[in-house]
Amino acid sequence: MAIKIDQELIEYLEDLSYLTLSQKEKQRLTGDLQEILERMTLLAALDTEGVCERSHRFGGVNALREDEVRPSFNRELILRNAPHRNKEMFMMPKTVE
Amino acid sequence: MIGLSALELAEAVRSEQIGVAEAVKAYLERIENIDSQLNAFLTVSRKEALTRAEVVQKKISAGERLSALAGVPIALKDNISTTGVTTTCASKMLAGYVPVYNASVVDKLEQAGMIVIGKLNMDEFAMGGSSETGAFGPVRNPWDMTRVAGGSSGGCAAAVAGREIPIALGSDTGGSIRQPCSFCGVTGIKPTYGSVSRYGLIAYASSLDQIGPLGQDINDCAALLSIISGPDEKDRTCVIDKPFVFSQSVPERLEGIKIGLPSNYFHSGIDAAVKDSVLAAAEELASAGAEVEEFVMPLMDFLIPAYYIIACAEASSNLSRFDGIRYGYRSAEGKTLAEVYRLSRSEGFGLEVKRRIMLGSFVLSSGYYDAYYKKALQAQVLLKDAYNHLFKCFDLILSPVAPTTAYKLGENVDDPLKMYLGDIYTVSVNLAGLPSVALPCGFDGQGLPIGLQFIGDAFAEEKLIQAARVYQGRTDYHTKRPGWT
Repeated sequence: MAIKIDQELIEYLEDLSYLTLSQKEKQRLTGDLQEILERMTLLAALDTEGVCERSHRFGGVNALREDEVRPSFNRELILRNAPHRNKEMFMMPKTVE
Repeated sequence: MIGLSALELAEAVRSEQIGVAEAVKAYLERIENIDSQLNAFLTVSRKEALTRAEVVQKKISAGERLSALAGVPIALKDNISTTGVTTTCASKMLAGYVPVYNASVVDKLEQAGMIVIGKLNMDEFAMGGSSETGAFGPVRNPWDMTRVAGGSSGGCAAAVAGREIPIALGSDTGGSIRQPCSFCGVTGIKPTYGSVSRYGLIAYASSLDQIGPLGQDINDCAALLSIISGPDEKDRTCVIDKPFVFSQSVPERLEGIKIGLPSNYFHSGIDAAVKDSVLAAAEELASAGAEVEEFVMPLMDFLIPAYYIIACAEASSNLSRFDGIRYGYRSAEGKTLAEVYRLSRSEGFGLEVKRRIMLGSFVLSSGYYDAYYKKALQAQVLLKDAYNHLFKCFDLILSPVAPTTAYKLGENVDDPLKMYLGDIYTVSVNLAGLPSVALPCGFDGQGLPIGLQFIGDAFAEEKLIQAARVYQGRTDYHTKRPGWT
């Protein structure tokens, strides 16, 4: 499957990735992704007919335990890592106009 | 004291020939004297280490038997979370981030009486094979300061090789413990997936990441793996039922052990010196009584594509948590929520991280998912089946770690595909969840170290370690040090 990385696809991937690239980065990554994905496309030659893929190596066995009360992390220490905070909350731009 | 193995140092501490604080101070002084050359450390936690040293000394003096490595200083790759100590993943995104919890392995080190004295440089978010993609400068190779230390655990390997620390913990997603071991002439173990807890390891590709030891020899690494392995209620993928306990006996021979040698690994794209050293190691193992037989490694052309598709897909998902709101870097420019997300990520991540997130977004996107991501997962199933078959024929597989020795700083940074192809011998181990040990096995014409790896079936660490002990008992490559150290 031939793939062509163009400006439109790069911008679509920027949106999916929540990134805004500089012009220089866009130019650079257009070439890089083209070359890398051409290599990835080698996989098309592999016969995988009837092979069932697994996204988890150990299946889905859950570890269950009784509910018990345990101390949680210290709120003040967590908030100290926030770039913007008020006394007890993370601050972010208004989301509803 | 500098230059003692971790086990020798622990013995000296146990017999009170050396105090814990004395050991910690000696290594702190060494780091202060030489790290400006290597750039292996991102953080040195002097105060915390000296406080811990006193606590551990009291226990040892009171006769408490904490572990085989009690009192030994250790340093951690900077993607392993440490309460109260900055953990950056070598990224501007996490500059100044201070975790509020320890990775489970750090709790285990503390219970074992080991002293964490600092955090080690790496490729940004463990994405790279040269420890040059980090935001805080490249790590330099102690054997030749103009060359890379390998990656992504390059700080770990350089610090051990430069004797800044007796032993270290790194992480391996596609070769990130083994390849820097090979480039820096030290020993390392990538454990079976599910044998060491990943809780608190900042994720790159969760189904492939595994924490493991880097040290001066296999005995040090085995002792540390015993300490960090074992079940953890905080990591459901950590399926091992109890910690590894390795035999204390050191065999001299390998009679009855069948070793597979993948002949197609040696056909092209490999340095002659690497090829010669690994084949010489095969002869050494044969002369120790092992039966060495060649085979053709299946799926070789598909390993790099499958690995990079799966790893980047998982990375694009894992790194979506970095949004500039709760922790980490936040752009001053964002006016709306979407702008805060996009600008914080764009200003906080380096180019290699952006490249892998974009690749991951592509292979998971509508229209391409089946041809790339699903196909890679199918290739992974075929690979696992192929290894299952191989381990019916062989006890272990011997291969090179990397096709080259350490290259010059800057030599490959502008050629990501070339860098990715350098992982050809290591990625299959992670895709199949297998254990592997990396050992020094020679030097090239420029005096740069060469590494080999033994690959085993899942949870067959004991077998790999015994073979490594035999090899290191018959060779002295692991005892060599860069001249200036």
